[in-house]
Amino acid sequence: MSKVAKATQASLVGNLNPVPGVKKVDPILIADGVTKRYGGLQAIDVAHVEIPRNAIVALIGPNGAGKTTLFNILTGFETADSGSWSYDGKALNGKAPHLLPKLGMVRTFQLTKVLGLLTVMENMKLAALKQTGERLLASFFPFLWSRQDRALELEATDILRRFKLLEKQADFAAGLSGGQRKLLEMARALMTHPKLIMLDEPMAGVNPALTESLLDHIKNLKQEGMTVLFVEHDVAMVREISDWVIVMAEGKIVAEGLPDQVLKDPAVIDAYLGSHQDSDLGLATGRITLPTGTKSTRSGK
Amino acid sequence: MDFQSILFNALNEILSPTTAAYALAAMGLAVHFGYTGLLNFGQAAYMLVGSYSFAIATLSGWSFFAAVGLSIVLSLVLTIVLGIPTLRLRADYLAIVTIGAAEILRYIVTTTGMTEVTGASEGLIGFKGTFESLNPIPEGKYDLGTMVINEYDLWLRIVGWTLVALVALLLFLLMRSPWGRVLKGIREDEDAVRSLGKNVFVLKMQALAIGGVLGSLAGVLFVLPRSVQPGNYATTLTFFIWTILLLGGAATILGPILGAMTFWVILSLTQGVLYGLVESGIIGFITVTQVGQIRFMLVGLLLMLLVIYRPQGVLGNKKEMSFGV
Repeated sequence: MSKVAKATQASLVGNLNPVPGVKKVDPILIADGVTKRYGGLQAIDVAHVEIPRNAIVALIGPNGAGKTTLFNILTGFETADSGSWSYDGKALNGKAPHLLPKLGMVRTFQLTKVLGLLTVMENMKLAALKQTGERLLASFFPFLWSRQDRALELEATDILRRFKLLEKQADFAAGLSGGQRKLLEMARALMTHPKLIMLDEPMAGVNPALTESLLDHIKNLKQEGMTVLFVEHDVAMVREISDWVIVMAEGKIVAEGLPDQVLKDPAVIDAYLGSHQDSDLGLATGRITLPTGTKSTRSGK
Repeated sequence: MDFQSILFNALNEILSPTTAAYALAAMGLAVHFGYTGLLNFGQAAYMLVGSYSFAIATLSGWSFFAAVGLSIVLSLVLTIVLGIPTLRLRADYLAIVTIGAAEILRYIVTTTGMTEVTGASEGLIGFKGTFESLNPIPEGKYDLGTMVINEYDLWLRIVGWTLVALVALLLFLLMRSPWGRVLKGIREDEDAVRSLGKNVFVLKMQALAIGGVLGSLAGVLFVLPRSVQPGNYATTLTFFIWTILLLGGAATILGPILGAMTFWVILSLTQGVLYGLVESGIIGFITVTQVGQIRFMLVGLLLMLLVIYRPQGVLGNKKEMSFGV
């Protein structure tokens, strides 16, 4: 392990052995015993997971591993069968999704949800919290909210410029390309001034030319003090920007650690590269025993 | 054929109180469907609540404003009853529930058990006194160029269209505000709006309530030139209002007004022309009494053509409002 990697690990988890559910130095999001069944399928079964503050954390895993379902549960878009989870020390169980941005936690969606028939600028301004003009009675009197609206426009202009969407500000969002929509969704989430931003497949469908700038945006979020939790399939990207990687398979957290370590884990490699497609998931979830000669991060348990 | 009277009759529809009532109901539906994406197929229910509560309250001695107030309050009650169970569900459920609710209400007011209160199938008359007594216009005949009307009809037109203008102004203010922005956001994708910290349920309730109050006021305006007849509140009324909304443009403020005027002018012109053609023997295969039905068939055809070829309406922006719910 390199010196830098060791330092990062120390700041995130102390000097503990990176096993699933490891305690972090300063977690921003903690989930305990979260389960969710769909009929006979155990979609989620997360014993314990902590998301370290001010880090870029990747949540990876094969299709159907439950990454998006876990996102949905943590953000209130789906209900869990059991478990508890908290953000910054505040319990989130049973909280409606619209209450979370007020606490500083915002998410994006795998299938981008831009508001197509609103302009790019309207998309941005809509996202800001605590708008006087969103109260029904105040909305009749522009003098109550127009000053705030102009301030939001300035802020939105600034963010759109950084995301290279400024020249599109007057266009309907429906007219943007897939990659631009991803950018808009991320830019829009920033209008809520989040402390934790949860990105569901930010790179899916993004043109390679835009990928670099998206990566830079995500790194900038960390520099501005935010925590980023993102779901991603692109291993190269995960390796490049994440400080910490959490691997899910069959609804469980099966590995976590520094990207270099985790991405060398044979079970994880299998999940992605499919060299033992039938055995990898069972291996990682402990349903089958390890083949001799391979070594998993779980082997310490 | 008397072309001048056909034309004048059509022009008279433009400013008739009934047109104003339909415009008002369609503006309510614009708030529901055009701006919020709520599929309300029971606007007739709101009009029924407005008409009956106004008429019944007036007949039991309430003042004009108290009776209008009751119409508004009861439309809010209907909003709560319809909204709480359905607004958390997908848009289609609201459509089913509202169309059902409108029919339930119509059957309730028509049952003979309610004759004492609602007049059952006879309906209600004799509730115009309080509105008439507020009329400042002196008795007489007033020449509008295409017709001569009395002081009551003039007063009714002034009140009706003032109300329409006022509502248009209020809706304009609402829809350009951040509140209106969130409403349009809900129409586009309510989960996205929810994820950005907006209480979607409360906003949908507010939108349903505002559109419902407009429907209820339209119901009051609708009965002031006529009697209350339960047959008027069938689903066809809802569909006329939908035709008007789609004709004018669903996500526009002035669309419903233009739509209502166009709708009634078309109805009057087709009636006049068809009637004239039948009477003068040019069309022989239909009778004069069938003309009334045929023009409504034409309305159905118009609605289909609109949805297919111009879903955004006359005033709408094709990009903003097509039939994408």
